[in-house]
Amino acid sequence: MEIYLPIADIPVNLFLLFFMGIAVGFISGMFGVGGGFLMTPLLIFVGISPAVAVASVASHISASSFSGVIAYWRRSAIDLALALMLLCGGIIGTAFGVWLFSFLRSIGQLDITIGLSYVTLLTIVGGMMIAESLRAINRARHGKPAELRRGGSHLWIHGLPFKIRFKQSKIYVSAVPVVVIGFVIGFIGAVMGIGGGFLLVPALIYLMRVPTGVVVGTSMFLTLVTMSGATVMHAATNHLVDAVLALTLMVGGVIGAQFGARAGQRIRGEQLRLLLGILVLLVGLRFAYDLILQPDDLYSIRRVENGM
Amino acid sequence: MRRLVIPATALFFALSSLGGARAEHLVVALSTHQVQINSSFVGADLVLFGAIERDEKTVARSGSFDIVVRVTGPPQTEVTFRKGRVLGIWVNAESRVFLDAPGYLAMLSNRPLTEIAGPETLRRYRIGLENVTFPQQIAGDIGDVPLNDPFRMAFLRLNREQRLYREVPNAVTFLTPNLFRAAIRIPANVPVGTYIVDVMLFGEGVMLATSNSAIEIQKVGFEQFVASSAHDRGLLYGLATAALALLTGWIASVVFRRD
Repeated sequence: MEIYLPIADIPVNLFLLFFMGIAVGFISGMFGVGGGFLMTPLLIFVGISPAVAVASVASHISASSFSGVIAYWRRSAIDLALALMLLCGGIIGTAFGVWLFSFLRSIGQLDITIGLSYVTLLTIVGGMMIAESLRAINRARHGKPAELRRGGSHLWIHGLPFKIRFKQSKIYVSAVPVVVIGFVIGFIGAVMGIGGGFLLVPALIYLMRVPTGVVVGTSMFLTLVTMSGATVMHAATNHLVDAVLALTLMVGGVIGAQFGARAGQRIRGEQLRLLLGILVLLVGLRFAYDLILQPDDLYSIRRVENGM
Repeated sequence: MRRLVIPATALFFALSSLGGARAEHLVVALSTHQVQINSSFVGADLVLFGAIERDEKTVARSGSFDIVVRVTGPPQTEVTFRKGRVLGIWVNAESRVFLDAPGYLAMLSNRPLTEIAGPETLRRYRIGLENVTFPQQIAGDIGDVPLNDPFRMAFLRLNREQRLYREVPNAVTFLTPNLFRAAIRIPANVPVGTYIVDVMLFGEGVMLATSNSAIEIQKVGFEQFVASSAHDRGLLYGLATAALALLTGWIASVVFRRD
């Protein structure tokens, strides 16, 4: 069944979109990430312009992260103080990202920036995740205990000023890196159409030493606010949020996430991270392939809105 | 007497061919003047019917008539990019701005355009895609470029591939020698706006009559509501979409609650 998308201005198969929502939702539920890094490329692949894809996926992520936040809230697995501190940077980062998005779009370099960001970010993060999870799997095989919180080992980050005690996470860290991390996540989220959960979770675990119990909930809380903010800001400045597209994706997404979460519980943590790392790396390589190989068509057209 | 007859005959023929432009005229009817884009829009097929009317004074023509239908969509600014290799990756390196290019352009006829009229006539009436001017913005100036300009060629080719620009030499069929129909295919990716339909009658390579009408393509109902809200009340629309997302997330957490 074809449905005409009012903002993307093209007809797309409704069931295809719905199925994509379920598939990405399954993966996001399984790994506890927003899944934007998969959804945005998929939308571009079915012919939706990158600009509309990025802007619309933001609202899809805010839907899936909200149902996640509610679940973690009930289990009180969210460090609200830490989340609010992350948000200080997150909202500014999102606003800056939306501004850069409009600017790049006006000079015709948005698509290439999205492509390049995907390649760099996803190949590096994917590679790191694979390496880390392989080490963890190896450790487990040799019967050594996992060492997530090495007592006494301090990074330079822990020497920064403005230290704050986050009671629920049982950490005592400087506010500076927290705000900076929030800013970076908000910024790349708005430019690339990703929630950034797959970046934020490792950053909080390895840099901030946040216990794994509260990290996903806290990360989802940040994602929820930055992506809702990105939806509003993209809609207000670029007029590119397609509500019909977004609704179809989010309904599929929240359903898929439920099944994904159940499937995820049956797999060990490090194996899950290995799978996610491989997935992230593959998406990054797919983008690299497009950038490095000579395109079939060197030319492209972009219609400039004429005030309508 | 004979010396008088020749100029008189010449005058008569000159007058008749001059008057001929008025003697034949076109009566055209479109199957619809409004194309509505709703949520199930996948393009539209319009039919144009036309009759060639001639009064008694018109001289009988030996040859048959030819019809060219030109449909021109609303003017748009379109940027054509060319990718180039920068530091090993392919980026949009060069671009040209096409000003007021039709968002849709169809040249429909009953036989190939080159058989209908000579190249000068086609150029004069801007019939055929290569005879339409596509003004470009070149370093602050505006001008047309030669036919073999790579950007112009790419612009035409890409629009053809998207089925927005088309030349169909068999889209017009004559039902009787004086009655014809033309099939106008509107693809799903067309811009909204006013489309001008020019019908041109040719006889032996000469333009005899023209007629023009318009088609309005617009979004209606829900599509119209969403598109106009997104554009005119962006902030409110964004807040509504974000609220919709939260609602969906909340409903999901209620429906799938396990604890």
